[in-house]
Amino acid sequence: MTNANANFSSFILVGERTNVTGSAKFRKLIEADDYAGGLAVARQQVEAGANVLDVNMDAALIDGPKAMTRFMNLLSGEPDIARIPLMIDSSKWEVIEAGLRCVQGKAIVNSISMKEGEEAFLAAAKRVKRYGAAVVVMAFDEAGQADRADRKFQICQRAYRLLTDKLDFPPEDIIFDPNVFAVATGIEEHADYGIAFIQATAEIRDKLPYAHVSGGISNVSFAFRGNEPVREAMHSVFLRHAMHAGLDMAIVNAGALPVYDDIDPELRELVEDVILNRRADSTERLLEAAQRYKTGEKKRDTVRDLSWRELPVAKRLEHALVHGLNEFIVQDTEEARLEAERPLHIIEGPLMAGMNVVGDLFGAGKMFLPQVVKSARVMKQAVAHLIPFMEEEKERTGLAGKSNGKILMATVKGDVHDIGKNIVGVVLQCNGYDVIDLGVMVPCERILDTAKKEGVDMIGLSGLITPSLDEMCFVAAEMERTGVNLPLLIGGATTSRTHTAVKIAPNYSGPTLYVTDASRAVPVVQKLLSGDKDGLVADARKDQEEARAAFLAGQDKRPRLPIATARKRAPQLAFDGVVKPSFLGVRAFRDFPLAELVPYIDWTPFFASWELIGRYPLILEDDVVGEAARTLFADAKAMLARMVEEKWVQANGVCGFFPANRDGDDIVLYTDETRSEERARLFTLRQQMEKSGANFALADFIAPAGTPDYVGAFAVTAGLGEDEVAMRFKRSNDDYSAIMVKALADRLAEAFAERLHAKVRRELWGYAADEGLSNEEIIAEKYRGIRPAPGYPAQPDHTEKRTLFELLDAPGNAGMELTEGLAMTPPASVSGLYFAHPKAEYFGVGRIDRDQVEDYAARKGWALKEAERWLAPILAYDPLVRSNAA
Amino acid sequence: MNGAMNRKQRLARIAQAMKERVLVLDGAWGVYLQGRGLDEAGYRGQRFADHGRPLKGNHDILCVTQPKVVREIHDEYLAAGADITSTNTFSSTIIAQADYGLQSIIRELNETAAGLAREACDAVEAKDGRPRLVAGALGPTNKTLSLSPDVNDPARRDATFEEMAEAYKDQVLGLISGGADLLLIETIFDTLNAKAALWGAWEAFDATGEELPLWISGTITDRSGRTLSGQTVEAFWNSVRHAKPWAVGFNCALGPAEMRPFLAELARTADCPVSAYPNAGLPNAMGGYDETPCSMEAHFAEWARGGLVNIIGGCCGTTPEHTEHMVIATEGVAPRGIPSTERRLRLSGLEPFTASA
Repeated sequence: MTNANANFSSFILVGERTNVTGSAKFRKLIEADDYAGGLAVARQQVEAGANVLDVNMDAALIDGPKAMTRFMNLLSGEPDIARIPLMIDSSKWEVIEAGLRCVQGKAIVNSISMKEGEEAFLAAAKRVKRYGAAVVVMAFDEAGQADRADRKFQICQRAYRLLTDKLDFPPEDIIFDPNVFAVATGIEEHADYGIAFIQATAEIRDKLPYAHVSGGISNVSFAFRGNEPVREAMHSVFLRHAMHAGLDMAIVNAGALPVYDDIDPELRELVEDVILNRRADSTERLLEAAQRYKTGEKKRDTVRDLSWRELPVAKRLEHALVHGLNEFIVQDTEEARLEAERPLHIIEGPLMAGMNVVGDLFGAGKMFLPQVVKSARVMKQAVAHLIPFMEEEKERTGLAGKSNGKILMATVKGDVHDIGKNIVGVVLQCNGYDVIDLGVMVPCERILDTAKKEGVDMIGLSGLITPSLDEMCFVAAEMERTGVNLPLLIGGATTSRTHTAVKIAPNYSGPTLYVTDASRAVPVVQKLLSGDKDGLVADARKDQEEARAAFLAGQDKRPRLPIATARKRAPQLAFDGVVKPSFLGVRAFRDFPLAELVPYIDWTPFFASWELIGRYPLILEDDVVGEAARTLFADAKAMLARMVEEKWVQANGVCGFFPANRDGDDIVLYTDETRSEERARLFTLRQQMEKSGANFALADFIAPAGTPDYVGAFAVTAGLGEDEVAMRFKRSNDDYSAIMVKALADRLAEAFAERLHAKVRRELWGYAADEGLSNEEIIAEKYRGIRPAPGYPAQPDHTEKRTLFELLDAPGNAGMELTEGLAMTPPASVSGLYFAHPKAEYFGVGRIDRDQVEDYAARKGWALKEAERWLAPILAYDPLVRSNAA
Repeated sequence: MNGAMNRKQRLARIAQAMKERVLVLDGAWGVYLQGRGLDEAGYRGQRFADHGRPLKGNHDILCVTQPKVVREIHDEYLAAGADITSTNTFSSTIIAQADYGLQSIIRELNETAAGLAREACDAVEAKDGRPRLVAGALGPTNKTLSLSPDVNDPARRDATFEEMAEAYKDQVLGLISGGADLLLIETIFDTLNAKAALWGAWEAFDATGEELPLWISGTITDRSGRTLSGQTVEAFWNSVRHAKPWAVGFNCALGPAEMRPFLAELARTADCPVSAYPNAGLPNAMGGYDETPCSMEAHFAEWARGGLVNIIGGCCGTTPEHTEHMVIATEGVAPRGIPSTERRLRLSGLEPFTASA
């Protein structure tokens, strides 16, 4: 709920639930020695978006130092929790010190004060500094806790001076807590407590440089205990005003803050009167109205309909599955388990029934992929709850569950893309198949070894970039050689019916099947594992014969021009307006602000990655997929907001400009403006098709020697951290979010490329300094210049990425790497060249003939075979046939 | 130069030199000593001939039993051109020496080791007048404060912060009295151990009234870019920045090629001098190291020219010959400029968190 509060982007949320003084639940867990339960509370706070985790063990029945030590030690063993900093919270120094002795990171101590005088204060602060922690200082001195604004500030100022003058304590590591006290208590002096805090906050931020202000927000509403709607409204209003005054940290229940604008306007006004002490009768008025706002009397959230909770448990499970609701799933599954004879019966009964409904709706086109993946998340979480009981039963009785079949899936060696594969995996799992997902960059021998060891029923290969096609052929050939006689399924963005028929299937005598998308995967797998198998395989073989024949026929009909002729038909461009870039060499952009990328996102491909086809924003209103698209879009935007705020991924980029001239179909880059020493050489390929216009090569857009010209290059990623976040979701059985985060990282990387290109045109190269295009026009590429990427139609040779990465030092400058198959890591990465010529345009090289391949191989210093391997997808001839004939 | 420099003068002159060039630290100690082929009797010497436990492999004891060998290595590295030589005290804490039953001679081990290094430095300083520093080496010990030794009991630790801080304090007292110029807390695979070392050092400073510069060198254990205890580069830096280190860097575990991206990250982040002394590559199938003096020179030259480092040196697998090539790699190159960083609240867990204002 807090995501929508834009103000939170520069605000530090401290999760408060792992505090025995504030949470009875957590206290009971610790008192009962249930530390695993305590860790679950901590994890929930991190997942709810806490930036810092507050831990407090101050309770009568708890041995503070011991409990603090044990909990801190346990936290360090939980990487998904320990990734965020800790706040060690106690009123006892010995407990604080016990905590500090367990944390390797830089923590915050909460708190110290001058209650016992300056000497004790400085002694504690000195130790805090030596432990390398930041510190919360309470507005508390020898005379007591400050309640008036002026005294709050005076105490903080005195503490600030002592810390900075006497201990050289870094002022940015000081956080003041000017005491949040309850308002609307009925006692007249308390009426000003809200205002006093806000005023003191403003003065601290103004006069004590670099220091921060924090507060325990829930204190303010103490008078309304038991009335959560009013309390939450008070917190929200108080926070808003205090933040405006400069409060930049707060201890809150990260999951339970209404958005300021969402509060009932009448209640908001009453609360505002109380917090700001605007009228003498404000307390009475709020007290009077408060009864009406108690939960149940006035519905806070009209969208949320919980009537389905009244249904019998089996129907509730179905409802949760169909609607993708995971809030009650564990509770409902448990209830169903208690009623059932065996835990397996829940899966085979209500859960599978629910998934069948999902499957039917999906098959009928009434549900769409994102909804199915959400359903699968619910299913997985339900099954995860049952697994321990099934294992326990198995140990007891030897009974085991049955599976519909076992499928091994992998993204092949050299490739890192797995969004599509993960979607297929989830869809298969929720249809009752065991999926063994070997992940990305999986070498052939691991695929085959695992297939044998696990006794799988079929193997599915996926890949996104063209070199993966070659690897798939290799896997197929190895399956033949080693005698693995299993169906082979081929899928992924670059794969095709034709390629599977022409290149992959001939390597393997077993069944090879091309699967277009996730919705086709289930029927294909079903048939392969049933009596229909032979029919399906026979059909596929027949289809592949046809595809091969059509391919060969199509081949002959399309003559290629000799490369010499094609070169004569190169476009003749003028080079009279070359602009020199503002700098030569490379410039890195580390940790680029994600918020700046969001407006540049092109959403259409995002929907396509979820198999929802249509142009954004029209797709949102589409009669058929509109509803699914809207829900997906809302989920995506909510996650995107968190990704940006909490920096789930890091965006790094680098771009560079180099003096360059064309040399035939090559582009020569020079070390400097003297253009005497060659720094690198970019190789380009020329169209050889018979056509009416010119035959393009990228080199055409650069001036020949004699006219100084320039070429640019870039590499950007928004994927540093995406795998870790996706893994975290996967571990909590949330594949929907895991896939979503990767799809969004992809979009951010593309947006980064677009953003950087705009910056290049307007500032860094500066050839279009006065370009005034809207973001939509930019996404539609209505600007001057192009940024073709190696591996795409204008330059299909992926190996050019090596030159690019070397020129830019992409590993050092952006943390990007190339796999042996020339996929970029992290997966959400984009790289390419910049051409500034006004006539530069995108084109496809198309198929090329042997004469150009020979010439290209000679230029690159390759053997012909190597050139044919890298250029396999665009060869206009069959290298085997021709070489036999020659 | 007339007469020997004192620590203060030496540090001042080195501080000046650091503005002009990249400094060179020596190379491997443990692995290099192993190559001397000393046997059990060699390690024991006369003094520990009858000691109740095997001592072979306890390289630190050689400062007492084979001082000539240790002195020779200091001499070799200094002759190769090193500005800084580290003491042979990687395991000279009561915690690490417990395995050998030698807890009673901690003070002596450290004092002797620092003394040997100091003598070697004095000898070359007397010849050419150039200051040479003795870095008192504090290894990570064989215990870890952030990880449990028992998978079934994740809250367990086999040492406490207080015990470890006390052990380091003892070591530092020995190093100070033996003549160390600064302290090198190195091969940090668990940042909490390093914080205990800092704590021990400050306690020793409190006790002696002498305060030595602190040099902190972490270890990124694999290509994931994290320490063994799970911190990223920036999280690690945020955790030790309060020590206002004389320098911060990385050593061990990785070769120069694998270390580079993490070094670049640190160089971008740290507002103090940055050091790097990698292994001579990753261990090969035979447990040896493949980077040659020349191949490492190429890496170091690129780092130096790229403005990534202020101090370079070698860890496991490097030799005085490597040191010679490091000196060549730094010739005529300006050191990394120290970036200024904004004053921000910079916290960390396993990952960094920076407040926006």
